[in-house]
Amino acid sequence: MMAHFNWLSELLARYQDEHVLVRRGLSRKLAPAHLLKIDAEDWGRAAQIAAEFGCRWAGVWAEQRGSTLLLNAALAYQGDHLLLRTRVPLEAPQLPSQTPYYPAASRMERHVQDMHGVIFADHPDARRWTRHNRWATDSYPLRHDFAVANTPLPAEPEQDYSFIQTQGAGAYEIPVGPVHAGIIEPGHFRFQAVGETILNLEARLGYVHKGIEKIAAGRDAHGLARLASRVSGDSTVHHAWAACMAMERAARIIPPPRALALRAILAERERIANHLGDIGAICNDVAFIFAWQQFARLRELWLRDNASCLGHRLLMDCIIPGGINADLSYDQVQQLLDAIEPLRRELTSLYAILDDHPSLEDRLATTGFLSAEHAKRLGCLGYVGKASGQDIDLRRNYPYAPYGELEVHSPVLHTGDVEGRMQIRMQEILASLGLLETLLNTLPEGEINTPWQAPAENSEGVGLVEGWRGEILCYVNFAKDGKIARYFPRDPSWFSWPALELLIHDNIVPDFPVCNKSVNGSYSGHDL
Amino acid sequence: MLKILNKIRQTGFLTEDLPTDPVLEQVGEQLRAGVALCFHGNLAIRTLDAGSCNACELEIHALNNAYYNIERYGVHFVASPRHADILLVTGPLSVHMETALQRTYAAMPAPKFIIAAGDCASCGGEFGCSYASLGAISNIIPVDASIPGCPPTPLQLMQGILQILASAAKPK
Repeated sequence: MMAHFNWLSELLARYQDEHVLVRRGLSRKLAPAHLLKIDAEDWGRAAQIAAEFGCRWAGVWAEQRGSTLLLNAALAYQGDHLLLRTRVPLEAPQLPSQTPYYPAASRMERHVQDMHGVIFADHPDARRWTRHNRWATDSYPLRHDFAVANTPLPAEPEQDYSFIQTQGAGAYEIPVGPVHAGIIEPGHFRFQAVGETILNLEARLGYVHKGIEKIAAGRDAHGLARLASRVSGDSTVHHAWAACMAMERAARIIPPPRALALRAILAERERIANHLGDIGAICNDVAFIFAWQQFARLRELWLRDNASCLGHRLLMDCIIPGGINADLSYDQVQQLLDAIEPLRRELTSLYAILDDHPSLEDRLATTGFLSAEHAKRLGCLGYVGKASGQDIDLRRNYPYAPYGELEVHSPVLHTGDVEGRMQIRMQEILASLGLLETLLNTLPEGEINTPWQAPAENSEGVGLVEGWRGEILCYVNFAKDGKIARYFPRDPSWFSWPALELLIHDNIVPDFPVCNKSVNGSYSGHDL
Repeated sequence: MLKILNKIRQTGFLTEDLPTDPVLEQVGEQLRAGVALCFHGNLAIRTLDAGSCNACELEIHALNNAYYNIERYGVHFVASPRHADILLVTGPLSVHMETALQRTYAAMPAPKFIIAAGDCASCGGEFGCSYASLGAISNIIPVDASIPGCPPTPLQLMQGILQILASAAKPK
C-alpha cells in the first residue's frame, strides 16, 4: 500500500504547485479509490496535470444531486484509482473539458452532454453522441425531471450529424450499417477510401442504447445485478461482478471466501469462452474455416460444462449481491477440473497449426497496427492494450479477492497488430486454465452468501474488475430504502472503439472485418 | 496441411441428432415437407439485433457450429434482407433501431416471417418499455413466432425455427 500512497502524495504536491485546490474525500468513502474534490473551473487543468504526471484516464460520469450535477472522473496510476469530483449548478452546468489532455475522454464527455446536459466548454467536438434525435435537444434523460416513460420523438432521417468528409480525385465514401451483414450488433461505420485503401473511418454508435442507466434507478440491489448481467451479454459475469462489488462496498458487505473463489471461476470461464470464440472468428474473417470450426467446437463444449455445472451456458444471473447463486458439488468440481487438461492438449495442437500457417500469418501480421503511443493515449485496455505494450491487468496490478492469493500471468506484446491481439487471447486462455486449476483445487468450504443489507442513502461504491475485454469500472450510489440512485458501468469498449478508427488507417476495406473482430468492442456495453 | 487433415480426422463427425421428442420428431417431418414445399428445400434467415445485449447473438452463432449444424435442414443465414424468408429479431426494440428494423422488414420479399428470439424481443425482457426502448418487437411489426429464453439455447432456437416452418408449411 505504501507505493500507492506515495504516488498520490506526489500528485497532490503537483496540484498544490499549480494552485489547484484539492480537498481529500473521506478515505473510506469510495475505497479503494481515492476521492479528490476540486473546483469546477479546475476540471481541465486537473486533467492536464494528471496527464503530465502519467495517469491513465478511466471514465467520466455525472449524477444529479438536488439542484447540482456531480461530476466524477476516474484516473488510474499503476493499478490504483483516483476519482476527481466536482459540482456544477443544474441551471448552468458548464465546466472545462478533459478531452484536450485525454483523447479517451471525448465520447464519454459527449455522452454526459447528451444524458445530463453538461456543457464541456472547450470540447473539440460538441456533436451529440448517444442521442439520435429521439429526445429533444433541451431534455436530458438522466436528469430527475425526465420521466423514464417519456414518449420518443418521431423517427426522422438524421441529417444534422456531419461526418468527416474526404475530397479529391478517386476518394469515395462507404456507409455501413447500422445493420451489418453478419450476426453481430448494430452500429454505423463511415469509411473514406481511395481504391481499397481506407483513409478514414468514423463510427457512429448508440443504436442499441436502451436506457440502462435510467432504468437502473429505483431498482433494488438484486434487480440491479440482473440488469448489470445484461449490460453486455458476452460479459455477463464481469459486469455483474463489478456491479455487485460496487454495491457490496457501499453496503460494507464482504461475500464469503467460497463465493469470491466461485466468482473468479465464473470469470475465468467467461474469459476462456469468449477468447475461444474470438480466435475462431478472427480466423473465419480471413477464410480459415478449419480454425473457426475447431474453436467453435471447443467453445461449445466449454459452454455445455457451464450449463451442466453452473446452470447457464453464459453464466447469466449467477452473481448476486452478497455472494453467488450457483454452487459446485464435489463431483462438479471434478468435472470442471477433468475438462482442463483435454482442452490444453487440444489448444497445443491447434496453436501449432495457427503458428505454422503462412497464409494466416500473411493476413494477420502487421494488419490493423495500433502503436503503443496511441494505445496509451486512448487508454486501451485488455487484449487491445496488451498487444500494444500496455501492461495493465487489475488481477495482478491491484488484485481484488481472490486474485491477491493467485499468481496472475498477464501477457504483453509490442506488435500491436491483429496477430498480436489474437496471440494475447491465446496466451490468456492458457493462463486462465492455470488459474482455474488452482481455484478449483483450493475452493474454500463454507457459505456462499452474506445476507444482503441495504446501506443508508448516499452510500457509494466503486467496483473494478478485469473483464475479458479489460478493466470494467462501475459506480453505484444508493437512494433511500435500498434503491439505486445511480448506476454507471464503464465497459472497456469505450476505449477500443476509437482505437479501431486509428488502427484501420491505411488498411484495405476487405480487412475491416478481421480488424474489427480483433478488437471486438461491445456495442451494447458502450451504448448503454 | 497434414496437421490440419489429421486434426479433422481426429475430430470426426460431431453433428448431433435432435433429442428424441415426439413433438420435435413431428415438427421435423413437417419441416422437411414445409421447406421442400414453400422454400424449395432452402430457407434463408436474416438476423437483426434490434437492441440486444449480444447474448442472443452468441447463441445464434452456435447454430452454425458442428454440433447443431442447422444447415443440415437447408436453413442458412444470409447477409441481405432481400434474400431472406425469415427475419430473426433479437433484443428489446431500441428506439434508435426502430427505423432500421422497419427498413429491413420492408426490404424483405413476401412471403416473410418474423421470429422474435429471446425474452427481450418476445416481451421486452429486463429492459421493458422506456424512453429508449419500445419493448417487444410485436409492438412495431407483426411477429409470427416467439422463442423465450434469456438467451434461448441453440436447441431452443432451432426448435423455434423448426416450428415456424411447420406452421408455414400448412396451407393457409
